Amino acid sequence: MLECEGIDVFYDDLQALWGVSLSVEAGEIVALIGSNGAGKTTILRTIAGLSKPAKGDIKFDGVSLSKKPAYDIVDLGIALVPEGRKLFGSMTVLENLELGAFTGRARGEKNATMKWVYEVFPLLEERRNQTAVTLSGGQQQMLAIGRALMSQPKLLLLDEPSLGLAPLVVQMIFDVIEQINQRGVSVLLVEQNAHAALERAARAYVVENGRVVGHDTGQNMLRHEHVKSAYLGGV
Amino acid sequence: MPIDALTQGLVFGILVGALYGLAAVGLSLVFGVMRVLNVAHGELLMIGGYASFWFFSLYGIDPFVSLAATIPTLFVIGIVLHRGLFVHVTKLREEDRIKNSLLMGFGLALILDNLAIRLWTADERSITTVYSGAAASLMGVSLPYVRVGSLLFALVAILALHLFLTRTYIGRSIRATAEDWEAAAIVGINVDRTYLLAFAIGTALAGAAGALVSVGYSINPGIGLEWTLKALIVIVLAGMGSVGGTLAGGLLLGAVESVSVYFIGGAYREVVGLVMFLLVLLLRPKGLFGN
Repeated sequence: MLECEGIDVFYDDLQALWGVSLSVEAGEIVALIGSNGAGKTTILRTIAGLSKPAKGDIKFDGVSLSKKPAYDIVDLGIALVPEGRKLFGSMTVLENLELGAFTGRARGEKNATMKWVYEVFPLLEERRNQTAVTLSGGQQQMLAIGRALMSQPKLLLLDEPSLGLAPLVVQMIFDVIEQINQRGVSVLLVEQNAHAALERAARAYVVENGRVVGHDTGQNMLRHEHVKSAYLGGV
Repeated sequence: MPIDALTQGLVFGILVGALYGLAAVGLSLVFGVMRVLNVAHGELLMIGGYASFWFFSLYGIDPFVSLAATIPTLFVIGIVLHRGLFVHVTKLREEDRIKNSLLMGFGLALILDNLAIRLWTADERSITTVYSGAAASLMGVSLPYVRVGSLLFALVAILALHLFLTRTYIGRSIRATAEDWEAAAIVGINVDRTYLLAFAIGTALAGAAGALVSVGYSINPGIGLEWTLKALIVIVLAGMGSVGGTLAGGLLLGAVESVSVYFIGGAYREVVGLVMFLLVLLLRPKGLFGN
């Protein structure tokens, strides 16, 4: 469903990605693991249309994304839950969710989608009139995921959803990701917590210095010597 | 009687302050959404004033009626200026936008000033309607109809802007873009179009303020800088982020200026605003009503 074909991405003169190729099939959870600054976030930003590839192409259901603006990419069915969440802090939970359904396709079905988001995160319904800045870190992450779901994505891009959260909340977020996936939404997941990500991922890619250096099933990755020593704390 | 003079001054100050507020909300909207500081905002106000003046002089259209044409005219001018000039600034990183927009704005201000002198001469112009001299009197305080009408229009326009920004989907998309343009882009908002819309609305608001200035006061090609400065002072006083706060800042500046004339004389009228500007920057940089 998603194909990145040899993409190069630059920030000004600085090259961040070199010939990155990867794919996500319908219904899959795919993980990207790698150290800080390896380029994982850049890969997600480029798929979402916030950065543009200088070379290579990205295709989603056969449609080329590399020249499309971010708002068209959302409408095609790709939603990004960005690093640092990027909520609309001064707006309420409800306003954030409504803005999530901004695109033409999603706006008509806003109420039905919101019912689903409230089922996944009952807490968001309770707090719907609270401004986003007043939420705790875990609640903000729920809202960020909820906002992305409001656009009715076929593919959800998650950038470090567990970063800085308490263990119980992390567990809950991962459960929710599986739950969303079971509804047929494909997931491309960037995670510091490589162990948790690999356990749930059908496949995973290892990203180092802006390049994809390895690719295998999640289960195999967990047993892979290099991955174990570099990303799983040697255990 | 001295107290009467003070009250009268305060009332006149509030009446002009509503126009300061109206001028400032447009500039604040553009700055807040685009991170672009358009120092030619006062020139856009000046053009709105001339539009209203010529609608009146050539076609005899009442200035309050011709707002229905002045506002759309300036909206279109805003679209053209954004497409031709300011869109290039919005392609830059946020840190670079302000300084580049300052340069562009100064250039634009000079061009518009000279264009206005060339087209319409440097003469002071003012719209004199049949009701221009008339005033209501309330407990000895004179309330000129045109200025009260201007105040009411300014209040309605600012309230309409507030409702637009908070109650409509498009308005919310403007606020979302102001908060974080990347977050706006990933929920599917067309950020470039939102910038265009915000700039056009800001220009239209400047035009409305200019039309009211031309009827209650007077205009000439050189008033732009003065009005840009007033709008900037109001934004610093009020802080960013609230349309109502900006209006309050405008009313406050108008009132303080007027009252200061009573105590220290008209020569220092402009200085008082700038002193407030500096004090707020030093003591409460986020503004009196900012969040």
